Amino acid sequence: MLKDVTLGQYYQADSPIHKLDPRVKLVGTLLYMISLFIFNNIYCYAIAAVFLITVIILTKVPVWYMLKGLKAVLFIMLFTVVFNIFFTPGEYIFEFGIFHISREGIKGAVFMIIRLTLLIVSASIMTLTTTPNRLTDGIEKLFRPLKLIKVPVHEMAMMMSIALRFIPILMEEADKIMKAQTARGAKFDSKKFMDRVKSLIPLIVPLFISAFRRASDLALAMEARCYHGGEGRTKMKPLKYKAGDIVSYVILALYIAAMVAVGILSARLAFFQFLSK
Amino acid sequence: MPIITDHLTYVYGSKTTLQKTALNDVSVKIDDGQFIGLIGHTGSGKTTFLQLLAGLIKPASGTVYLDGEDIYAKDFDKRTLRSKLGIVFQYPEHQLFEETVFKDVCFGPKNLGVDDKETELRAYEALKMIGLEDEVFYQSPFDLSGGQKRRVAIAGVLAMKPKILILDEPTAGLDPAGRNDILGLILKLQKEQGMTIILVSHSMEDVAEYADRVLVMDKGSIVFDNTPREVFKHHEELKELGLSVPQVSVAMSKLREKGLPVKTDAITVEEAVKEIIRVLR
Repeated sequence: MLKDVTLGQYYQADSPIHKLDPRVKLVGTLLYMISLFIFNNIYCYAIAAVFLITVIILTKVPVWYMLKGLKAVLFIMLFTVVFNIFFTPGEYIFEFGIFHISREGIKGAVFMIIRLTLLIVSASIMTLTTTPNRLTDGIEKLFRPLKLIKVPVHEMAMMMSIALRFIPILMEEADKIMKAQTARGAKFDSKKFMDRVKSLIPLIVPLFISAFRRASDLALAMEARCYHGGEGRTKMKPLKYKAGDIVSYVILALYIAAMVAVGILSARLAFFQFLSK
Repeated sequence: MPIITDHLTYVYGSKTTLQKTALNDVSVKIDDGQFIGLIGHTGSGKTTFLQLLAGLIKPASGTVYLDGEDIYAKDFDKRTLRSKLGIVFQYPEHQLFEETVFKDVCFGPKNLGVDDKETELRAYEALKMIGLEDEVFYQSPFDLSGGQKRRVAIAGVLAMKPKILILDEPTAGLDPAGRNDILGLILKLQKEQGMTIILVSHSMEDVAEYADRVLVMDKGSIVFDNTPREVFKHHEELKELGLSVPQVSVAMSKLREKGLPVKTDAITVEEAVKEIIRVLR
Protein backbone atom coordinates (compact mmCIF):
# COMPACT_ATOMS: atom_id res chain seq x y z
CA MET A 1 0.00 0.00 0.00
CA LEU A 2 2.99 2.27 0.55
CA LYS A 3 4.42 1.31 -2.81
CA ASP A 4 1.88 3.33 -4.81
CA VAL A 5 3.74 6.62 -4.49
CA THR A 6 5.65 7.21 -7.71
CA LEU A 7 6.40 10.87 -7.14
CA GLY A 8 10.06 11.01 -6.19
CA GLN A 9 10.91 7.45 -7.18
CA TYR A 10 13.59 6.38 -9.61
CA TYR A 11 12.74 4.03 -12.46
CA GLN A 12 15.69 2.14 -13.87
CA ALA A 13 15.91 2.12 -17.66
CA ASP A 14 18.46 2.69 -20.39
CA SER A 15 17.21 5.78 -22.22
CA PRO A 16 18.65 9.02 -23.62
CA ILE A 17 16.72 10.96 -20.96
CA HIS A 18 18.25 8.88 -18.16
CA LYS A 19 21.72 9.65 -19.51
CA LEU A 20 21.21 13.43 -19.63
CA ASP A 21 23.10 15.65 -17.25
CA PRO A 22 20.88 16.32 -14.20
CA ARG A 23 21.35 20.07 -14.68
CA VAL A 24 19.71 19.85 -18.10
CA LYS A 25 16.75 18.06 -16.60
CA LEU A 26 16.46 20.50 -13.71
CA VAL A 27 16.62 23.57 -15.91
CA GLY A 28 14.34 21.91 -18.44
CA THR A 29 11.70 20.98 -15.90
CA LEU A 30 11.80 24.42 -14.33
CA LEU A 31 11.49 26.24 -17.66
CA TYR A 32 8.77 23.85 -18.77
CA MET A 33 6.74 24.52 -15.64
CA ILE A 34 7.17 28.29 -15.97
CA SER A 35 6.13 28.09 -19.62
CA LEU A 36 2.92 26.32 -18.58
CA PHE A 37 2.05 29.15 -16.23
CA ILE A 38 2.85 32.03 -18.55
CA PHE A 39 1.24 30.77 -21.74
CA ASN A 40 -2.21 29.52 -20.88
CA ASN A 41 -4.00 29.12 -24.17
CA ILE A 42 -4.99 25.99 -25.99
CA TYR A 43 -2.36 26.21 -28.74
CA CYS A 44 0.49 26.49 -26.28
CA TYR A 45 -0.89 23.60 -24.25
CA ALA A 46 -0.95 21.55 -27.43
CA ILE A 47 2.73 22.28 -28.04
CA ALA A 48 3.58 21.54 -24.40
CA ALA A 49 1.66 18.26 -24.51
CA VAL A 50 3.36 17.12 -27.71
CA PHE A 51 6.73 18.00 -26.21
CA LEU A 52 5.98 16.10 -23.03
CA ILE A 53 4.64 13.03 -24.85
CA THR A 54 7.82 12.91 -26.95
CA VAL A 55 9.91 13.02 -23.80
CA ILE A 56 7.78 10.31 -22.14
CA ILE A 57 8.31 8.04 -25.14
CA LEU A 58 12.06 8.72 -24.99
CA THR A 59 12.28 7.84 -21.28
CA LYS A 60 11.11 4.23 -21.86
CA VAL A 61 9.21 4.40 -18.57
CA PRO A 62 5.84 2.64 -18.98
CA VAL A 63 3.02 5.17 -19.19
CA TRP A 64 0.91 3.38 -16.55
CA TYR A 65 3.80 3.69 -14.14
CA MET A 66 4.02 7.40 -14.74
CA LEU A 67 0.29 7.97 -14.40
CA LYS A 68 0.29 6.19 -11.05
CA GLY A 69 1.78 9.40 -9.65
CA LEU A 70 -1.35 11.26 -10.67
CA LYS A 71 -3.47 9.06 -8.44
CA ALA A 72 -1.97 10.67 -5.38
CA VAL A 73 -3.11 14.14 -6.40
CA LEU A 74 -6.46 13.10 -7.83
CA PHE A 75 -8.28 14.61 -4.88
CA ILE A 76 -6.63 18.01 -5.28
CA MET A 77 -7.43 17.95 -8.97
CA LEU A 78 -11.09 17.16 -8.38
CA PHE A 79 -11.22 19.89 -5.78
CA THR A 80 -9.89 22.59 -8.10
CA VAL A 81 -12.12 21.39 -10.92
CA VAL A 82 -15.25 21.63 -8.76
CA PHE A 83 -14.28 25.09 -7.56
CA ASN A 84 -13.54 26.29 -11.06
CA ILE A 85 -16.80 25.00 -12.46
CA PHE A 86 -19.08 26.38 -9.78
CA PHE A 87 -17.43 29.59 -8.70
CA THR A 88 -16.28 31.26 -11.89
CA PRO A 89 -18.53 34.14 -12.82
CA GLY A 90 -19.39 34.64 -16.47
CA GLU A 91 -21.97 33.57 -19.00
CA TYR A 92 -24.19 31.06 -17.18
CA ILE A 93 -25.29 28.02 -19.12
CA PHE A 94 -26.84 26.18 -16.19
CA GLU A 95 -28.37 27.45 -12.99
CA PHE A 96 -29.86 25.67 -9.97
CA GLY A 97 -30.38 27.63 -6.77
CA ILE A 98 -27.06 28.99 -5.68
CA PHE A 99 -25.23 26.72 -8.12
CA HIS A 100 -24.42 28.01 -11.52
CA ILE A 101 -22.12 26.72 -14.18
CA SER A 102 -20.58 29.20 -16.55
CA ARG A 103 -18.89 28.74 -19.88
CA GLU A 104 -15.78 30.35 -18.44
CA GLY A 105 -15.90 27.99 -15.48
CA ILE A 106 -15.89 24.90 -17.65
CA LYS A 107 -13.10 26.34 -19.75
CA GLY A 108 -11.12 27.15 -16.60
CA ALA A 109 -11.65 23.64 -15.22
CA VAL A 110 -10.50 21.96 -18.42
CA PHE A 111 -7.43 24.20 -18.56
CA MET A 112 -6.69 23.45 -14.92
CA ILE A 113 -6.79 19.68 -15.50
CA ILE A 114 -4.49 19.96 -18.50
CA ARG A 115 -2.09 22.23 -16.67
CA LEU A 116 -1.94 20.13 -13.48
CA THR A 117 -1.49 16.92 -15.43
CA LEU A 118 1.34 18.37 -17.47
CA LEU A 119 2.96 19.84 -14.36
CA ILE A 120 2.87 16.68 -12.31
CA VAL A 121 3.92 14.39 -15.13
CA SER A 122 6.85 16.66 -16.02
CA ALA A 123 7.99 16.76 -12.40
CA SER A 124 7.73 13.00 -12.08
CA ILE A 125 9.71 12.50 -15.30
CA MET A 126 12.62 14.28 -13.68
CA THR A 127 12.61 12.12 -10.55
CA LEU A 128 11.81 8.91 -12.43
CA THR A 129 14.82 9.30 -14.70
CA THR A 130 17.36 10.80 -12.29
CA THR A 131 18.83 9.08 -9.27
CA PRO A 132 18.57 11.19 -6.10
CA ASN A 133 22.36 11.46 -5.97
CA ARG A 134 22.64 12.87 -9.48
CA LEU A 135 19.75 15.20 -8.79
CA THR A 136 21.41 16.76 -5.75
CA ASP A 137 24.73 16.92 -7.60
CA GLY A 138 22.94 18.91 -10.26
CA ILE A 139 21.31 21.21 -7.73
CA GLU A 140 24.59 21.79 -5.96
CA LYS A 141 26.34 22.70 -9.18
CA LEU A 142 23.51 24.90 -10.45
CA PHE A 143 23.31 26.91 -7.24
CA ARG A 144 27.03 27.15 -6.68
CA PRO A 145 27.10 30.90 -7.50
CA LEU A 146 24.96 31.49 -4.39
CA LYS A 147 28.01 30.60 -2.32
CA LEU A 148 29.24 34.13 -2.95
CA ILE A 149 26.45 35.44 -0.76
CA LYS A 150 27.21 32.84 1.94
CA VAL A 151 24.43 30.37 1.17
CA PRO A 152 25.62 26.93 2.37
CA VAL A 153 24.89 25.26 -0.97
CA HIS A 154 26.85 22.08 -0.39
CA GLU A 155 25.35 21.49 3.05
CA MET A 156 21.85 22.00 1.75
CA ALA A 157 22.47 19.64 -1.14
CA MET A 158 23.88 17.06 1.28
CA MET A 159 20.84 17.36 3.51
CA MET A 160 18.60 16.93 0.52
CA SER A 161 20.43 13.87 -0.73
CA ILE A 162 20.31 12.30 2.72
CA ALA A 163 16.60 13.02 2.98
CA LEU A 164 15.96 11.54 -0.46
CA ARG A 165 18.16 8.55 0.26
CA PHE A 166 16.21 7.83 3.42
CA ILE A 167 12.77 7.85 1.83
CA PRO A 168 13.01 4.27 0.53
CA ILE A 169 14.74 3.10 3.72
CA LEU A 170 12.06 4.52 5.95
CA MET A 171 9.37 3.23 3.64
CA GLU A 172 10.81 -0.25 3.87
CA GLU A 173 11.06 0.14 7.62
CA ALA A 174 7.44 1.29 7.81
CA ASP A 175 6.43 -1.70 5.72
CA LYS A 176 8.28 -4.07 8.04
CA ILE A 177 6.78 -2.56 11.18
CA MET A 178 3.34 -2.62 9.61
CA LYS A 179 3.71 -6.31 8.86
CA ALA A 180 4.94 -7.04 12.37
CA GLN A 181 2.05 -5.15 13.94
CA THR A 182 -0.45 -6.70 11.53
CA ALA A 183 0.80 -10.09 12.69
CA ARG A 184 0.03 -8.92 16.23
CA GLY A 185 -3.49 -8.09 15.16
CA ALA A 186 -3.25 -4.35 14.39
CA LYS A 187 -6.05 -3.23 12.09
CA PHE A 188 -4.39 -1.08 9.42
CA ASP A 189 -6.97 -2.02 6.81
CA SER A 190 -10.02 -1.75 9.04
CA LYS A 191 -13.08 -0.06 7.60
CA LYS A 192 -13.60 1.86 10.83
CA PHE A 193 -11.88 5.23 10.78
CA MET A 194 -11.07 5.21 14.51
CA ASP A 195 -9.41 1.80 14.25
CA ARG A 196 -7.15 3.11 11.55
CA VAL A 197 -6.21 6.23 13.49
CA LYS A 198 -5.45 4.15 16.57
CA SER A 199 -3.38 1.70 14.56
CA LEU A 200 -1.07 4.53 13.52
CA ILE A 201 0.53 4.79 16.96
CA PRO A 202 2.13 1.31 16.85
CA LEU A 203 3.51 2.31 13.45
CA ILE A 204 4.68 5.86 14.03
CA VAL A 205 6.38 5.43 17.40
CA PRO A 206 8.77 2.66 16.24
CA LEU A 207 9.32 4.49 12.95
CA PHE A 208 10.40 7.69 14.68
CA ILE A 209 12.67 5.83 17.04
CA SER A 210 14.32 4.04 14.17
CA ALA A 211 14.68 7.31 12.23
CA PHE A 212 16.46 8.95 15.16
CA ARG A 213 18.67 5.91 15.63
CA ARG A 214 19.62 5.91 11.97
CA ALA A 215 20.29 9.64 12.01
CA SER A 216 22.71 9.37 14.91
CA ASP A 217 24.40 6.32 13.37
CA LEU A 218 24.83 8.16 10.10
CA ALA A 219 26.21 11.27 11.79
CA LEU A 220 28.73 9.10 13.60
CA ALA A 221 29.72 7.28 10.41
CA MET A 222 30.21 10.60 8.61
CA GLU A 223 32.35 11.93 11.45
CA ALA A 224 34.41 8.77 11.40
CA ARG A 225 35.15 9.35 7.74
CA CYS A 226 36.24 12.93 8.42
CA TYR A 227 33.30 14.61 6.74
CA HIS A 228 33.61 18.34 7.34
CA GLY A 229 31.35 19.99 4.80
CA GLY A 230 31.93 21.08 1.24
CA GLU A 231 35.26 22.90 1.66
CA GLY A 232 37.85 21.32 -0.66
CA ARG A 233 35.71 18.31 -1.35
CA THR A 234 36.09 16.63 -4.75
CA LYS A 235 33.69 14.37 -6.61
CA MET A 236 34.24 10.83 -7.84
CA LYS A 237 32.11 11.51 -10.88
CA PRO A 238 32.14 15.27 -11.56
CA LEU A 239 29.34 16.50 -13.78
CA LYS A 240 30.41 17.34 -17.32
CA TYR A 241 28.25 18.40 -20.22
CA LYS A 242 28.34 16.06 -23.20
CA ALA A 243 27.16 16.54 -26.78
CA GLY A 244 23.71 15.17 -25.95
CA ASP A 245 23.29 17.75 -23.20
CA ILE A 246 24.09 20.63 -25.54
CA VAL A 247 21.61 19.26 -28.08
CA SER A 248 18.99 19.07 -25.33
CA TYR A 249 19.58 22.68 -24.37
CA VAL A 250 19.10 23.68 -28.01
CA ILE A 251 15.88 21.67 -28.22
CA LEU A 252 14.72 23.28 -24.99
CA ALA A 253 15.49 26.74 -26.38
CA LEU A 254 13.54 25.90 -29.53
CA TYR A 255 10.60 24.74 -27.43
CA ILE A 256 10.62 27.98 -25.44
CA ALA A 257 10.89 30.00 -28.67
CA ALA A 258 7.92 28.13 -30.13
CA MET A 259 5.90 28.71 -26.96
CA VAL A 260 6.71 32.42 -26.92
CA ALA A 261 5.90 32.81 -30.62
CA VAL A 262 2.59 30.96 -30.41
CA GLY A 263 1.77 32.71 -27.15
CA ILE A 264 2.29 36.17 -28.66
CA LEU A 265 0.41 35.25 -31.82
CA SER A 266 -2.61 33.92 -30.01
CA ALA A 267 -2.61 36.88 -27.64
CA ARG A 268 -2.70 39.21 -30.67
CA LEU A 269 -5.43 37.12 -32.22
CA ALA A 270 -7.51 37.41 -29.08
CA PHE A 271 -6.83 41.15 -28.98
CA PHE A 272 -8.06 41.65 -32.55
CA GLN A 273 -11.13 39.51 -31.87
CA PHE A 274 -11.80 41.71 -28.88
CA LEU A 275 -11.40 44.89 -30.98
CA SER A 276 -13.66 43.70 -33.77
CA LYS A 277 -16.48 42.86 -31.37
CA MET B 1 -3.03 -27.73 12.77
CA PRO B 2 -1.07 -28.70 9.69
CA ILE B 3 0.09 -26.04 7.26
CA ILE B 4 0.09 -26.96 3.59
CA THR B 5 1.47 -24.70 0.91
CA ASP B 6 0.21 -25.41 -2.56
CA HIS B 7 2.47 -24.30 -5.44
CA LEU B 8 3.20 -21.04 -3.65
CA THR B 9 4.81 -18.38 -5.85
CA TYR B 10 5.66 -14.77 -5.11
CA VAL B 11 7.06 -12.09 -7.43
CA TYR B 12 8.57 -8.77 -6.33
CA GLY B 13 8.16 -5.63 -8.46
CA SER B 14 5.99 -7.34 -11.06
CA LYS B 15 5.60 -5.49 -14.35
CA THR B 16 8.75 -3.38 -13.81
CA THR B 17 12.30 -3.88 -15.03
CA LEU B 18 13.35 -5.06 -11.57
CA GLN B 19 10.97 -8.03 -11.53
CA LYS B 20 12.25 -10.88 -9.38
CA THR B 21 10.70 -14.19 -8.43
CA ALA B 22 11.31 -14.51 -4.71
CA LEU B 23 9.45 -17.75 -4.24
CA ASN B 24 8.96 -20.33 -6.93
CA ASP B 25 6.30 -23.03 -6.77
CA VAL B 26 6.81 -24.19 -3.19
CA SER B 27 4.66 -27.08 -1.96
CA VAL B 28 5.30 -28.44 1.52
CA LYS B 29 3.30 -29.89 4.37
CA ILE B 30 4.18 -28.98 7.93
CA ASP B 31 2.66 -31.25 10.56
CA ASP B 32 1.64 -30.43 14.12
CA GLY B 33 4.35 -30.24 16.71
CA GLN B 34 7.27 -30.34 14.32
CA PHE B 35 10.37 -28.28 14.94
CA ILE B 36 11.44 -27.07 11.54
CA GLY B 37 14.76 -25.45 10.79
CA LEU B 38 14.69 -23.24 7.71
CA ILE B 39 18.08 -22.42 6.24
CA GLY B 40 19.28 -20.72 3.08
CA HIS B 41 21.65 -17.92 2.18
CA THR B 42 20.55 -14.27 2.26
CA GLY B 43 18.01 -13.58 -0.47
CA SER B 44 17.00 -17.21 -0.92
CA GLY B 45 13.37 -16.41 -0.16
CA LYS B 46 13.10 -17.47 3.48
CA THR B 47 11.54 -14.28 4.77
CA THR B 48 9.14 -14.10 1.82
CA PHE B 49 8.09 -17.68 2.53
CA LEU B 50 7.41 -16.85 6.19
CA GLN B 51 5.43 -13.74 5.34
CA LEU B 52 3.27 -15.78 2.98
CA LEU B 53 2.64 -18.36 5.69
CA ALA B 54 1.56 -15.57 8.01
CA GLY B 55 -0.79 -14.09 5.40
CA LEU B 56 1.01 -10.75 5.33
CA ILE B 57 1.58 -10.58 1.57
CA LYS B 58 -0.49 -11.96 -1.29
CA PRO B 59 1.02 -14.74 -3.40
CA ALA B 60 1.21 -14.34 -7.18
CA SER B 61 -0.19 -17.86 -7.44
CA GLY B 62 -0.78 -20.83 -5.22
CA THR B 63 -2.05 -20.64 -1.68
CA VAL B 64 -1.60 -21.70 1.94
CA TYR B 65 -3.96 -24.01 3.81
CA LEU B 66 -4.06 -23.79 7.57
CA ASP B 67 -6.19 -26.51 9.12
CA GLY B 68 -7.60 -27.19 5.69
CA GLU B 69 -8.73 -23.60 5.23
CA ASP B 70 -7.40 -21.40 2.44
CA ILE B 71 -5.97 -18.35 4.23
CA TYR B 72 -6.08 -16.25 1.07
CA ALA B 73 -9.77 -16.95 0.40
CA LYS B 74 -11.94 -13.82 0.44
CA ASP B 75 -14.20 -14.99 3.25
CA PHE B 76 -11.38 -16.21 5.49
CA ASP B 77 -11.27 -14.32 8.81
CA LYS B 78 -7.70 -13.17 9.27
CA ARG B 79 -8.25 -13.01 13.03
CA THR B 80 -8.34 -16.80 13.31
CA LEU B 81 -5.03 -16.86 11.50
CA ARG B 82 -3.52 -14.30 13.90
CA SER B 83 -4.65 -16.29 16.93
CA LYS B 84 -3.26 -19.55 15.59
CA LEU B 85 -0.01 -18.40 14.09
CA GLY B 86 2.51 -16.08 15.68
CA ILE B 87 5.49 -14.63 13.86
CA VAL B 88 8.61 -13.10 15.36
CA PHE B 89 10.41 -11.04 12.75
CA GLN B 90 14.10 -10.29 12.48
CA TYR B 91 15.02 -7.72 15.12
CA PRO B 92 11.54 -7.80 16.64
CA GLU B 93 12.56 -5.21 19.23
CA HIS B 94 12.01 -2.57 16.54
CA GLN B 95 8.26 -3.07 16.80
CA LEU B 96 7.97 -2.03 20.47
CA PHE B 97 5.96 1.15 20.95
CA GLU B 98 4.03 1.27 24.21
CA GLU B 99 4.86 3.25 27.34
CA THR B 100 5.50 0.18 29.45
CA VAL B 101 6.70 -3.33 28.78
CA PHE B 102 3.50 -4.80 30.16
CA LYS B 103 1.24 -2.68 27.94
CA ASP B 104 3.27 -3.63 24.90
CA VAL B 105 2.85 -7.33 25.56
CA CYS B 106 -0.90 -6.77 26.03
CA PHE B 107 -1.20 -5.30 22.52
CA GLY B 108 -1.44 -8.65 20.73
CA PRO B 109 -4.06 -10.42 22.85
CA LYS B 110 -6.11 -7.21 23.09
CA ASN B 111 -6.29 -7.05 19.31
CA LEU B 112 -7.55 -10.63 19.25
CA GLY B 113 -10.55 -9.47 21.29
CA VAL B 114 -9.52 -11.24 24.48
CA ASP B 115 -11.06 -9.60 27.59
CA ASP B 116 -8.92 -7.39 29.85
CA LYS B 117 -8.41 -9.83 32.68
CA GLU B 118 -7.37 -12.66 30.42
CA THR B 119 -5.13 -10.28 28.47
CA GLU B 120 -3.23 -9.25 31.57
CA LEU B 121 -2.93 -12.85 32.71
CA ARG B 122 -1.50 -13.87 29.36
CA ALA B 123 0.92 -10.95 29.33
CA TYR B 124 2.14 -11.82 32.81
CA GLU B 125 2.57 -15.49 31.87
CA ALA B 126 4.42 -14.65 28.67
CA LEU B 127 6.81 -12.27 30.41
CA LYS B 128 7.50 -14.81 33.13
CA MET B 129 8.01 -17.57 30.60
CA ILE B 130 10.62 -15.54 28.73
CA GLY B 131 12.43 -14.91 31.99
CA LEU B 132 11.92 -11.22 32.63
CA GLU B 133 11.95 -9.91 36.17
CA ASP B 134 8.89 -8.22 37.64
CA GLU B 135 10.65 -4.90 38.11
CA VAL B 136 11.00 -4.31 34.37
CA PHE B 137 7.27 -4.84 33.71
CA TYR B 138 6.41 -1.20 34.25
CA GLN B 139 9.50 0.33 32.73
CA SER B 140 9.55 1.85 29.28
CA PRO B 141 10.67 -0.80 26.79
CA PHE B 142 13.10 1.73 25.34
CA ASP B 143 15.09 1.84 28.57
CA LEU B 144 15.92 -1.87 28.45
CA SER B 145 19.01 -3.55 27.07
CA GLY B 146 18.98 -5.07 23.59
CA GLY B 147 18.55 -8.61 24.87
CA GLN B 148 15.72 -7.61 27.19
CA LYS B 149 13.94 -5.74 24.40
CA ARG B 150 14.16 -8.85 22.24
CA ARG B 151 12.53 -10.88 25.01
CA VAL B 152 9.74 -8.36 25.44
CA ALA B 153 9.03 -8.49 21.71
CA ILE B 154 8.95 -12.30 21.73
CA ALA B 155 6.71 -12.24 24.80
CA GLY B 156 4.37 -9.96 22.84
CA VAL B 157 3.89 -12.75 20.32
CA LEU B 158 3.72 -15.56 22.89
CA ALA B 159 0.95 -13.72 24.74
CA MET B 160 -1.25 -14.35 21.72
CA LYS B 161 -0.93 -18.08 22.50
CA PRO B 162 -0.26 -19.26 18.96
CA LYS B 163 -0.23 -22.96 18.05
CA ILE B 164 2.37 -22.29 15.40
CA LEU B 165 5.33 -20.06 16.10
CA ILE B 166 7.52 -18.71 13.33
CA LEU B 167 10.84 -17.12 14.25
CA ASP B 168 13.07 -15.32 11.79
CA GLU B 169 16.60 -15.39 13.22
CA PRO B 170 15.47 -14.72 16.79
CA THR B 171 19.00 -14.89 18.17
CA ALA B 172 20.76 -12.59 15.70
CA GLY B 173 23.01 -10.19 17.60
CA LEU B 174 22.49 -11.78 21.02
CA ASP B 175 25.21 -13.02 23.35
CA PRO B 176 25.63 -16.80 23.85
CA ALA B 177 23.67 -16.81 27.11
CA GLY B 178 20.78 -14.93 25.52
CA ARG B 179 20.79 -17.32 22.56
CA ASN B 180 20.67 -20.41 24.71
CA ASP B 181 17.86 -18.96 26.82
CA ILE B 182 15.70 -18.15 23.83
CA LEU B 183 16.36 -21.38 21.94
CA GLY B 184 15.82 -23.36 25.14
CA LEU B 185 12.48 -21.66 25.65
CA ILE B 186 11.44 -22.39 22.09
CA LEU B 187 12.34 -26.05 22.51
CA LYS B 188 10.37 -26.16 25.76
CA LEU B 189 7.30 -24.70 24.05
CA GLN B 190 7.51 -27.35 21.37
CA LYS B 191 8.04 -30.26 23.76
CA GLU B 192 5.59 -29.23 26.48
CA GLN B 193 2.83 -27.46 24.59
CA GLY B 194 3.20 -29.25 21.28
CA MET B 195 3.70 -25.96 19.49
CA THR B 196 4.79 -26.15 15.85
CA ILE B 197 8.03 -24.22 15.45
CA ILE B 198 9.53 -22.83 12.26
CA LEU B 199 12.95 -21.40 12.98
CA VAL B 200 15.07 -19.51 10.48
CA SER B 201 18.71 -19.57 11.43
CA HIS B 202 22.14 -19.08 9.97
CA SER B 203 23.66 -21.22 12.67
CA MET B 204 23.93 -24.79 11.43
CA GLU B 205 24.77 -25.87 14.97
CA ASP B 206 21.48 -24.53 16.31
CA VAL B 207 19.52 -26.16 13.51
CA ALA B 208 21.30 -29.48 14.02
CA GLU B 209 20.68 -29.40 17.74
CA TYR B 210 17.04 -28.33 17.85
CA ALA B 211 15.22 -29.11 14.60
CA ASP B 212 13.63 -32.44 13.69
CA ARG B 213 13.27 -31.44 10.08
CA VAL B 214 15.35 -29.10 7.94
CA LEU B 215 14.19 -27.20 4.88
CA VAL B 216 16.95 -25.75 2.73
CA MET B 217 15.99 -22.91 0.40
CA ASP B 218 17.82 -21.62 -2.64
CA LYS B 219 16.61 -19.15 -5.29
CA GLY B 220 13.06 -19.30 -4.03
CA SER B 221 12.75 -23.10 -4.05
CA ILE B 222 13.12 -25.78 -1.42
CA VAL B 223 16.11 -27.89 -2.40
CA PHE B 224 16.40 -30.19 0.61
CA ASP B 225 13.68 -31.39 2.96
CA ASN B 226 14.79 -34.03 5.43
CA THR B 227 16.05 -34.72 8.93
CA PRO B 228 19.11 -32.69 9.94
CA ARG B 229 21.27 -35.82 9.84
CA GLU B 230 20.34 -36.54 6.23
CA VAL B 231 20.57 -32.92 5.10
CA PHE B 232 23.97 -32.35 6.69
CA LYS B 233 25.41 -35.32 4.82
CA HIS B 234 25.48 -33.14 1.72
CA HIS B 235 28.66 -31.23 2.56
CA GLU B 236 29.50 -30.21 -0.99
CA GLU B 237 26.01 -29.25 -2.15
CA LEU B 238 25.44 -27.08 0.91
CA LYS B 239 28.74 -25.36 0.39
CA GLU B 240 27.74 -24.52 -3.16
CA LEU B 241 24.55 -22.92 -1.83
CA GLY B 242 26.61 -20.63 0.38
CA LEU B 243 25.77 -22.68 3.48
CA SER B 244 27.79 -25.07 5.57
CA VAL B 245 27.41 -28.06 7.85
CA PRO B 246 27.90 -27.97 11.62
CA GLN B 247 31.55 -27.48 12.56
CA VAL B 248 31.57 -30.77 14.38
CA SER B 249 30.61 -32.70 11.21
CA VAL B 250 33.58 -31.16 9.45
CA ALA B 251 35.80 -32.11 12.37
CA MET B 252 34.58 -35.71 12.24
CA SER B 253 35.31 -35.96 8.52
CA LYS B 254 38.81 -34.62 9.13
CA LEU B 255 39.38 -37.18 11.88
CA ARG B 256 38.36 -39.97 9.55
CA GLU B 257 40.73 -38.64 6.88
CA LYS B 258 43.51 -38.74 9.43
CA GLY B 259 42.82 -42.41 10.05
CA LEU B 260 40.52 -42.50 13.05
CA PRO B 261 37.67 -44.86 12.03
CA VAL B 262 34.76 -42.71 13.28
CA LYS B 263 31.36 -42.47 11.62
CA THR B 264 30.95 -39.03 10.12
CA ASP B 265 27.22 -38.57 10.62
CA ALA B 266 27.47 -36.80 13.98
CA ILE B 267 25.84 -33.36 13.85
CA THR B 268 26.00 -32.25 17.48
CA VAL B 269 28.92 -32.07 19.87
CA GLU B 270 27.45 -34.70 22.21
CA GLU B 271 27.05 -37.21 19.41
CA ALA B 272 30.59 -36.56 18.27
CA VAL B 273 31.96 -37.04 21.78
CA LYS B 274 30.11 -40.35 22.14
CA GLU B 275 31.34 -41.57 18.78
CA ILE B 276 34.97 -40.69 19.48
CA ILE B 277 34.85 -42.36 22.87
CA ARG B 278 33.30 -45.45 21.30
CA VAL B 279 36.10 -45.66 18.74
CA LEU B 280 38.89 -45.00 21.21
CA ARG B 281 37.68 -47.75 23.52
